[in-house]
Amino acid sequence: MKIFLKIWRQKDAKSNGKLVDYEMDNVIPHMSFLEMMDTLNEKLVLSGEHPVEFDHDCREGICGQCGVMINGRAHGPLKNTTTCQLHMRSFKDGDTIYIEPFRAEGFPIKRDLKVDRSAFDRIIGAGGFVSVNTGQAPEANSIPITHEIAESAFDSAACIGCGACVATCKNSSAALFTSAKISHLAKLPQGQQEARKRALTMVAQMDAEDFGHCSNTEACEVECPQGISVLNIARMNWEFLKGNVLK
Amino acid sequence: MELNAKIPPGPLKDKWNYYKDHAKLVNPANRKKLEVIVVGTGLAGSSAAASLAEMGYKVKSFCFQDSARRAHSVAAQGGVNAAKNYKNDGDSVYRMFYDTIKGGDFRSREANVYRLAECSLHLIDQAVAQGVPFGREYGGYLNNRSFGGVQVSRTFYSRGQTGQQLLLGAYQALTRQVSAKAISLYTRHEMLDLVVVDGKARGIIVRNLDTGKIERHSAHAVILATGGFGKIYYLSTLAMGCNASAIWRAHKKGALMACPSWTQIHPTSLPQSGEYQSKLTLMSESLRNDGRIWVPLKRDDVRKPNDIPETERDYYLERRYPAFGNLAPRDISSRAAKERIDAGYGIGAQKNAVYLDFSKALKEQGEAKIKEKYGNLFSMYRKITDIDAYKEPMMISPAAHFSMGGLWVDYELMTTIPGLFALGEANFADHGANRLGANSLLQACVDGYFVAPYTVSNYLADEIKTGPVPADSMEFIEAEQKAKELLARLVAIKGDKTADYYHKKLGKLLYDHCGLSRNREGLSFAIAEIKKLRADFYLHLAVPGTPEEMNAELEKAGRVADYLEVAELMCYDALTREESCGAHFREEYQTPEGEALRNDEKFCFVSAWDWRGLDQEPALVPEPLTFENVALTVRSYK
Repeated sequence: MKIFLKIWRQKDAKSNGKLVDYEMDNVIPHMSFLEMMDTLNEKLVLSGEHPVEFDHDCREGICGQCGVMINGRAHGPLKNTTTCQLHMRSFKDGDTIYIEPFRAEGFPIKRDLKVDRSAFDRIIGAGGFVSVNTGQAPEANSIPITHEIAESAFDSAACIGCGACVATCKNSSAALFTSAKISHLAKLPQGQQEARKRALTMVAQMDAEDFGHCSNTEACEVECPQGISVLNIARMNWEFLKGNVLK
Repeated sequence: MELNAKIPPGPLKDKWNYYKDHAKLVNPANRKKLEVIVVGTGLAGSSAAASLAEMGYKVKSFCFQDSARRAHSVAAQGGVNAAKNYKNDGDSVYRMFYDTIKGGDFRSREANVYRLAECSLHLIDQAVAQGVPFGREYGGYLNNRSFGGVQVSRTFYSRGQTGQQLLLGAYQALTRQVSAKAISLYTRHEMLDLVVVDGKARGIIVRNLDTGKIERHSAHAVILATGGFGKIYYLSTLAMGCNASAIWRAHKKGALMACPSWTQIHPTSLPQSGEYQSKLTLMSESLRNDGRIWVPLKRDDVRKPNDIPETERDYYLERRYPAFGNLAPRDISSRAAKERIDAGYGIGAQKNAVYLDFSKALKEQGEAKIKEKYGNLFSMYRKITDIDAYKEPMMISPAAHFSMGGLWVDYELMTTIPGLFALGEANFADHGANRLGANSLLQACVDGYFVAPYTVSNYLADEIKTGPVPADSMEFIEAEQKAKELLARLVAIKGDKTADYYHKKLGKLLYDHCGLSRNREGLSFAIAEIKKLRADFYLHLAVPGTPEEMNAELEKAGRVADYLEVAELMCYDALTREESCGAHFREEYQTPEGEALRNDEKFCFVSAWDWRGLDQEPALVPEPLTFENVALTVRSYK
């Protein structure tokens, strides 16, 4: 296949960026999207140009490090799929593909397609944990948790922290990310001791990081690689209100 | 040089308690004066950093990823073992110890392995308390599944994302300490060198990958939890950034490397489909609970798998190993697959795969049940191959996966450099010549949560009078200078081949000559070829840009430069071990049935290697293994 690329190039956080045209011949449908990018970079290196900087690591959809806007969609055209799991068979011979970084106030661009998502770490640091030190744990089976609750907690906990929810949201809201952790822990007895305080501190941190508010468009759930449900946001609001009323 | 593993006295089951009862302690007021550097934020690194910070030590934590949560522990799928015996199927600490020793083909230390099994009980408690959502039965109690190489169900799991969930637990514990200002966290920082002052590990040189700035960091002890280096084979199940650089550079500063050639080749990965391919995706071993592995009975059979009748299929694992069947250990399963593929029975376009078939389980249990157990794996398979595994069998193939080898450590997980510890996959300790499935998450957690807090404290107890460690001594300045020189050298070559070009060539050499099976001739050939490839690398490498900026190609080049040296040591290691054991299969040493033939008389030792410079052969320092509690038997799964 022949593919035309328009890729966002930006030297560093302070410089202005622009879309640059590249052409790729002999793209194989079985190639992953990132392998197509590898092939492009190989060409650029050999011609002495700086290759396109993009984030990636595990390439099996679980580490959450990869993520770019592809034709205006976070992680590209497939539903619930990370950039690294996207394959070139999703495109046609002669297609033009626009590749841009995840854009949000809370995710400043570092270079080309790499953005700074450390705000997510600070949101987790604001209470996204159970305060248990090593050595304090009781016997694992001492608190039964029903199959349904454990599975439901898992559904929330499955978030990979890629930031697609923020990138796709017109308000750049981090509500899905933040609510997934609040819900995961609030659903389990281990996390309930701190549930009220956690909702308040994590939401405060989310606001402090320049993320916008959630206006319930539900676009985030559509792009989320793990299919995290927007019901988590409803639960976050409930926990937040409860925390405020009872504080 | 003689190696002392520092195994505590007393009966096997009391050794760890004896150690804990007699280890030196540091009082809380002194802990805050002592600094510890932890490199790596996977399960071993995060859990060690969090646990030490909770105790009151000042911790600096480093990772090359953009968030601590992305370390490669995140990708482990199937589960974590623990001898809880919740299934009432005869499990015990001793049995888990025995399975692990036997699984490792009697090439690991009894005391270490027993401690691993013993601490497994606490790990499940700890993870549950952190909110790790393990699979549960309807009544609310924890559920288990089976993994290869054992006859009990002792594997705890969170669907097919157990590593992710355990890592998030450790990562959350870490960020909690970051918020409490007990840990300083440096993401996007890569270790370039270890700094040794007066014979002790005193700090590291790192490069900020966003800015290119080189930094010095000092401490009273350094912990390397930098994972495995299976990525040296280029095509592997590992993340693109996994590397040997931290442990290799520590090795060149005097830490011995043990059994570096012992690499687990995982039997159930997706096969390679083309030259452009960058990685091989793993399909969890848990699939072998319900999947049956087969190839056609007829060579070069071109029929679709569903068109091949039952009588014309060869379920070769069930045939060769009836007692364990599809749950035979990984080394054995991978070798059996290679045997069939090499004999011309491989399937797929490149004839490099075997089938993993769920039709029987789907018929017996229904699609809903299979979906609940393995849903994410089936959908991952579909995303990559565009094939629906509910309708036709998966195609799988062996792929480089786990490094049993690593930095040599004693019972305290300390390397041969005082004050330098190695945890998790970065060390050689518990898995011997082959790791059992679901034991790697366990080892990483046990090292970090339960072992390091005692053993690092025992070391630090003698450091309370040291005072702050300055980062401007000659040793730091020299190490920084050397690190900068290497980076400058790599960008100055300005050749016409990329780092990936060399990495792919090296990987192919290793797969061919130091992979699933090895022989004298091939290994000698590989050593000569690696030397040539390395010489070519320093003449023709192309790295654009400068070291003073974000430069992903430079990061790659630095890692490949180290791989080109590690690979040579791997081949020496494999060449000098004239026996077959676990993942190390020397063609000259096999039984008439083609099984591994150990030589306990001559090779019942750990091969630790001392670095002597690139122009000299490495020196072998054996650590004899003594078995007081188990009899060395032929490892049979028949």
